[in-house]
Order: sequence, then C-alpha cells, then structure tokens
Amino acid sequence: MLVLPGEEIAGAGLKPGPGTYRVGGKVYASVLGLLSSRPPLVRVVPLSGRYIPKEGDVVVGTVADVQGTFWLLDIGAPRWAPLHMTGTPWEVEVGETEKYLRVGDAVVVQVESLDATGRIGVTMQGERLGKLEGGTIVRIAAARVGRLVGRNGSMIEMIVRRTGANVSVGQNGRVWVGGSPSAIQRVVHVLRMIDEEGMRPGLTDRVASYLSASGPSDDRGPAEAPRESAGRDAPDPPWAGDDGPQPEREPN
Amino acid sequence: MGSVGAKEVPVLLSPEGLRIDGRRLDELRPIKIEAGPLHQADGSAFVEWGANKVMAAVYGPREVHPRHLQQNNKAVIQCKYNMAAFSVDERKRPGLDRRSQEISKVIAEAFESVVFAEEFPRTSIDVYIEVLQANAGTRCAGLVAASVALADAGIPMVDLLPAVAVGKVAGRIALDLKKEEDNFGEADLPMALVPQSGRLVLLQMEGHMTPEELSQSLDLGVRGCRDIYEKMKAALRARYSAPSSGGAA
Repeated sequence: MLVLPGEEIAGAGLKPGPGTYRVGGKVYASVLGLLSSRPPLVRVVPLSGRYIPKEGDVVVGTVADVQGTFWLLDIGAPRWAPLHMTGTPWEVEVGETEKYLRVGDAVVVQVESLDATGRIGVTMQGERLGKLEGGTIVRIAAARVGRLVGRNGSMIEMIVRRTGANVSVGQNGRVWVGGSPSAIQRVVHVLRMIDEEGMRPGLTDRVASYLSASGPSDDRGPAEAPRESAGRDAPDPPWAGDDGPQPEREPN
Repeated sequence: MGSVGAKEVPVLLSPEGLRIDGRRLDELRPIKIEAGPLHQADGSAFVEWGANKVMAAVYGPREVHPRHLQQNNKAVIQCKYNMAAFSVDERKRPGLDRRSQEISKVIAEAFESVVFAEEFPRTSIDVYIEVLQANAGTRCAGLVAASVALADAGIPMVDLLPAVAVGKVAGRIALDLKKEEDNFGEADLPMALVPQSGRLVLLQMEGHMTPEELSQSLDLGVRGCRDIYEKMKAALRARYSAPSSGGAA
C-alpha cells in the first residue's frame, strides 16, 4: 500500500521501523513508499530517492575527484565514496593515482564499510570489480534495481540473452551497458521503460514484446530507432579503447 | 508598494460579496499539481495555482557546496527561490534580490523544521524554486511545489507542507489573494502548516489587522492549507499509483 509522508499508519503494537516515526503513540510514514508490516516491525520501503548504500553492494560509480592516495567516487549515494589506492588490484605509488583513474572514469566497486556519519568505504578488489572501458552508463532509480534484476535474475537474464549486450547492474541504479551500438540502444530503451513504468504491472510482458519487436537476439539494428532513448542518454559507440597510461591488469 | 495606490483602485468586493475574479471570500484559486516532471533532479514538482506557475526541483542529499556550510550531525537545507525575468508584467531584473533572498531563507527554515535532516549528516538537500509566472502568493506556491518535490525525492520528513496566504480585502478577510487583491488590499498573511501536528512553520505578515482579524485569518488559512494538502497527496498518488504487487524483488 502506498503511503506518503505524514500519513498515519496502522501500527498498533508494532515497532516503528525505517521510513516511519512515532509521536504520541501513533506511527506515521516519513517517506513516500510502500507499507510493509512484518511484526514486530512496520516499515515503509521507499519508492524513490537516492541510493542508500548497504555493506556488500556492488555498485557502478564514476570518479569525481582524484587525490594523492585515493579517488572520490560518485556512486549516487548522499556522499562521495573514497576508494583508497590500496583497495585496488593495482600497485599504485603515492601521487600516481591519476595514472590509473581520472575524473569521469567509470568503475565497478563493492561497498565495504559504512559508519554512522555516512562515510562509505569501497574496494575494487574482488571478482567482477574494476575499471569499465567503453560502453555507456544509464541511471535508473535505485528503488527499481530489484525490478530490473527480476526474480532470480530473470529479467536481466532475458535482456542480456535477447540483445547480446554486456550489462553490469550496480545496486545503486547505475547500469553499464557495452556491446554493439544497436544492442546498447535496445538495452537503454528497456532501462528507460523499467525506470518509468517499474511500478505498473505487466512490465515483463512489455519488455519482452519490445525486445521481440525491436530486433533479433543478436546484432542487427532495430527496425526503428527507439525515440525515447535517442534523447539525452543517446548511447555512445563503444570506443576502441583509449591508449592512455593503462594499468597492467584490465578487469572485465 | 504603497505608491501603487495612486492608480485607480479596482472594485475588490462586489455588493454580493464576490471577489474580483468571482470567488467567495473563503475560496481558493484553482490548483493543479504535477509530481516528478523533471528527470535529472532527484525530485520535482510543477504547480499551477491561479495564474501562478512554479517549478521546483530537489537534489540530494548530496555533497555540500560550499564545503564550509557542512554540518557534521545533519544535512543542511539550501533553498533558492528565483523569479524568471518574464514572470511579471514589467520585466523583472534577473538574479538575486533582497526579496528572493528573504523568501529562500524562510522556505529553507520551514523545511528545516519538518525534514529528518539527522539521517544524512554532512550532506546538503538543495531545493530550487523557479517562478515562471507570478500572480501573488508565489512563496506559498513555491513552498507547495518544493514540498511535493521533496517527497518525490524520497526525503524523510514529518509531513508535507501545504501553504496559503490569507489577506484583508476591502475590509474583509479573504483566502488566497490574487495580484490585484494583494496590491490594493490592506494585509497579506502567508502561512505554512504541518498537518500532522497542526503547527505553523511559516508565518509572515504585511499590512494591518486587528487581533480578532488575525485569529480569524489563521483559522481560514489552516482550513485552506488542509484543502491544498489533499491536492498535494493526490498528485503524489497519481505519480506513484498502481504499484505492482510482488514483482519487485
């Protein structure tokens, strides 16, 4: 059930959980979201808003600032996440951070630690973590990531299979898409659909029918360029890879 | 604005008790609210209220700029109210002026008293209010738009913040003044209400009223706010309606 900030929720005998507050024995919603009552807790699961990091989440971020021993990553959270040079698969010398990652570069990292002040520690050491080359990044609402992945990964599996694109989904709602330009275009269109219609039922069918209508499962361009995705998030062609000073290892 | 009186004063109240646009004294102008029209912002809202058109966008919680404003125990709420150059009959000189700074400040302070800012220490919640067309009551329209935008941005808060102005027109207390009534009326009293607690978090006044008129105005304004509150909630429900049952893992 959809609730809005300030609405009283039936919380008799229940503890006010996240997204709620209690005044004078009554429980109210504090965020816009869906009411979820799992005794002994009532909570409101947000339907919008920024990504709130959780330990262990794998996220897609971009470098916002470079310092001598660390980078600051924009992962769509309330604060930037520092990635220390010791948290990378590379052997970085102090002051040489910019040789590895520069402002604007895209990375996949994992949330390692969180503290009470909202500081976010991330690491790039681990399977499927590292720098992203080429492709494009699409932002969807963090609350819609569950919908994009689907039950047991059913939705994302279908998208990848039917388009042949490489897709890397961050829990923060940033999705990296690589592959042929037409595959990227189709995935971007699907991501827009999920972002905008994720709350309406029948989404899986609409995505499936778009994928059938827009082209074969491999590499030929869609019959008609999707209008929606041709706007501000027009996919870039995957670059052949820039030949700047690259670290020895290339993840992914 | 006193010098405006030199112009011809229109008839603000007909003998039948109807106002210049045919409203009764306790009637609001038509209000239309849309939640989430902007995609780049974390939350947004567009409000058409009578002849007012106001867009609000919310960004954050995000890193604080400038840095020295950062608070280590809570989020700072920064608000920027701006009127477009084309929002009024005579071209408004664009940019900051004393009026817009004041309005930005009182709106930011109103939100400080409802937003759970402690949940996001060392961050900033940035509220931008752009008045595209103005016809009196823009601070209230801006506040309503910003409040819907904050909810759209998933910011935790005590309640939405409906707002309305009450004024004195031709010697009578009237709800939601329009431009002519504001210019030629005797008083203007904008207010913002927290419906959950019944508290007022914004209250300003220009002009003169007796204590009796003031308390009558507050009653009328609170009733107006409650009507606007329902419209704000309806706008958010329309945007987030028909959530899929299940599906979302």
